[in-house]
Amino acid sequence: MAQVFVCNELEMKAGDVRIVRQDRIEVGVYRHAGAYYAYRNHCAHQGGPACEGIIRNKVIDLLGPDKSFLGQTYDDNEPHIVCPWHGWEYKLTTGECAPDPKLRLRRHEIVKREGGVYVVI
Amino acid sequence: MNVITPIVRDPNAEKFDTKKLLEHAEQQAADRKYEDFMIVDVDSHHYETGSYKDIFQYIEDPIVRDQFVHTKGQTLMLRSTGGFQEMAGRITRYEHRGTEPVPGAARHRDIVVTLKWMDALGVDVACLFPTPMLGLGLNPIIEVEAQYARAYNRWLTEHILAEEPRIVSMLYLPMNDPAAALRMVEDFSGRQGVVGFLVTTVRYKPLHDNAYMKLYRALEERGLPLAFHAATNWGDQSMHITNRFIASHALGFTWFNIVHMTNWVVNGIPERFPGLKSVWIESGLAWVPFLMQRLDNEYMMRSSEAPSLKRKPSDYMREMFYTSQPMEMIGNRTMLEETFKMINAETQLVYASDYPHWDMDLPSTIYDLPFLSLQAKKNILGENARKLFKLDTILSPEKKARLKERAAAA
Repeated sequence: MAQVFVCNELEMKAGDVRIVRQDRIEVGVYRHAGAYYAYRNHCAHQGGPACEGIIRNKVIDLLGPDKSFLGQTYDDNEPHIVCPWHGWEYKLTTGECAPDPKLRLRRHEIVKREGGVYVVI
Repeated sequence: MNVITPIVRDPNAEKFDTKKLLEHAEQQAADRKYEDFMIVDVDSHHYETGSYKDIFQYIEDPIVRDQFVHTKGQTLMLRSTGGFQEMAGRITRYEHRGTEPVPGAARHRDIVVTLKWMDALGVDVACLFPTPMLGLGLNPIIEVEAQYARAYNRWLTEHILAEEPRIVSMLYLPMNDPAAALRMVEDFSGRQGVVGFLVTTVRYKPLHDNAYMKLYRALEERGLPLAFHAATNWGDQSMHITNRFIASHALGFTWFNIVHMTNWVVNGIPERFPGLKSVWIESGLAWVPFLMQRLDNEYMMRSSEAPSLKRKPSDYMREMFYTSQPMEMIGNRTMLEETFKMINAETQLVYASDYPHWDMDLPSTIYDLPFLSLQAKKNILGENARKLFKLDTILSPEKKARLKERAAAA
């Protein structure tokens, strides 16, 4: 295991992602709501570069009291990582596959020290 | 723990590049040693929209040509096959593919881009189809389908197929004009890269109509397969009651092949033209066992309505060819294995990527199946299609280089 330098602490803005490569392993490092998250850049579906797509909040149906469909909106509290190959979505804060939590992106530990952000690979 | 200085990239700051997008696919190809065998992709696409100006010049009828030129192609689009493929920006290649720099103006952009993704996936020969044309069969103006199909086929054969032996195609047939469809076979058979002909199945003229018998005979005589490429039509009355693309796509892409396959079989076309090989494209696989069981069950009670048949419907279906994509891989591998058995996958299934469309499948979807022998994998990924299309065994320059490297390292 190695601590791989990603960036200085102030370098990444909210919503940014960096892809860190160490030998054959690629890890996507995200900055979201003041925290860092790191996942293996490998989609559970067909092995696509899951961390190289867009981030899009979860879509939710809006239902009325009588269960009528009123429309859709984004859930700002649940950003998803979207694999650019086929659109598989993962929860940014847990790495779980949104429609099937049994599947997930492999998580990597983040270490912050001396003003730097490191990912453990 | 060691602390090391890595390679760090910001994907949002990078220009779109097919090779980069498919880097993981390229790694899969290397890991699985695809250079050891030929891979044929029986269903892939390009966006003919990028070449509209050139294609329009091939339209022979000056009236139709002017319509296309001035509507910038909207003449083609008097129908509704869905859209939404880019998932509101989620599938990034839709938005960015146009920005990809293609160095060297010597070759057509579509050839350069196609070879790029083929090499990444490990594909040696790709059967290339258009994209918006999949819905052209809905066009109510018969001469528009006939004129545009002929123009596109001329452009494709002259500018793409004649220029790159690794790209082949089954040419679009304007089925709303049976005489024009027959002329297409007569005029384009034998041209470089023409390995068969194509019926897009989003259409409402029954394919067992007597008007098509000369066409089927012409194909049978030439030993050329007839392919049926599915799509959806959100404007279809039954699809119109769906309100999400997932629904229209999941149902439509199977339904239009189901209805034409049913007509094809119960009207005894395989008995009338036993030498005519058919290929059913882009409906996945799960529909085939369903339809086999359904038709066999009804046939045993109502064989008088299908008197041309000498065997059960499933017996004919088992002799047809099916493309693998989009393969239903989620959840139940036992069902998938049984499906492979029911369709004689080892000889009748042919790999298809459908790249660059949103639900594309990599060769690993076949190669990684644990219930297939290595020979079965090779058959499905390449050998079945190679025989069907009567292709020579071709390996891409990249694969040849990899073999050379391996030999040198040995």
